[in-house]
Amino acid sequence: MSRILPHPFLTLLLIVVWCLLINSLSLGTVVFGTIAGLLIPIATAAYWPHAPRIVRPFRLVFYFFVVVWEILKANMTVAMIVLFKPNREMKSSWVTVPLDLKTPEAITVLAGTITLTPGTVSADLSDDGYSLLVHALDAPHPDEVRDEIKTRFERRLKDIFE
Amino acid sequence: MIVDLLIAAWLIIGAFFLVVGSVGLLKLDSPMKRLHAPTKASTLGVGALLLASMINAFAYHDGSLHEVLIMAFLFVTAPISAHLIAKVNIHHEATDQPLPTPPNDDVWATQDRPADRSL
Repeated sequence: MSRILPHPFLTLLLIVVWCLLINSLSLGTVVFGTIAGLLIPIATAAYWPHAPRIVRPFRLVFYFFVVVWEILKANMTVAMIVLFKPNREMKSSWVTVPLDLKTPEAITVLAGTITLTPGTVSADLSDDGYSLLVHALDAPHPDEVRDEIKTRFERRLKDIFE
Repeated sequence: MIVDLLIAAWLIIGAFFLVVGSVGLLKLDSPMKRLHAPTKASTLGVGALLLASMINAFAYHDGSLHEVLIMAFLFVTAPISAHLIAKVNIHHEATDQPLPTPPNDDVWATQDRPADRSL
C-alpha cells in the first residue's frame, strides 16, 4: 500500500486534473491519467514524508460551500466599502488570531480561506505557529473579526483535520 | 434566449467586481489596504466570468470543464501571492500601523531575523 500508493488522495487528484486538462472522458485519457497518477507520487515521495491526514473528508465538501457563501457575502460589503467609504473613515487594523489548530495543512487552509474572503488578508504566522496575523480592511471592532474567523472557519477545520 | 440572458448577467456581475477591484487598487492609500483589492477581484470577478464561459460552452458547444481547473488553480495560488506581498510590506515596514505582539510567541515569523547573521 505505502510503497505503490504513497499518497492515494494525490493519485486520485492527478487523475481528475488530467481528465479536466484533456477535457474529455475516454478510456485512453483515464489510463494515461492513472499512469501519471501512479508515477508522480512515487517520484516525489521523498519530498512528502508525511501524508496529510484528513479525518472527515466529507465535511471538506461542506466547508467548501460555506467558504463560497462567505466570499459572496463579504464581496458585497467590501465592494460598498471600496466604492463609497472615504479613506480616512476606513479603520483598517491588524487582528491577531490565536490558533487552536496544530497541523500545518489545517493552518494553511485557514490562512488561504482568510485571504480569499474579501476584507481580510492573512499576513504572517507567529514564530512558533501559535497565532496568525490578519490584516482587516475596515474593522472598527477587531475582536469581532477574530471571533468570526474562529467560529466560522477554525472550528470546522478542527473537525476536518484533527 | 434565457441562456443568453443568464450568460450576460454573469458577465456583467464579473465585470462589475473586476472594476471594483481596480477602483480599490487606485483609491486605497496604504500598501496593506491596496492588497485587499486584487484578492477580491480574483475570487468573485473571475469566478463569475468563468461561470458565464462554462454556461456558454455547455449551451452552444461541446461543453467544457477547463474553467473548473482555472478556478481551482486560482484559489490555490491567489492566497500565496497575497501572503508574499504582505511579507514584503512587513519587511519594508510599509505598514501604516505597528504590528501587534503575538500572544504566545516573541515575534512574527517575518520579523525573526537575527541581526548578527552573516550572509
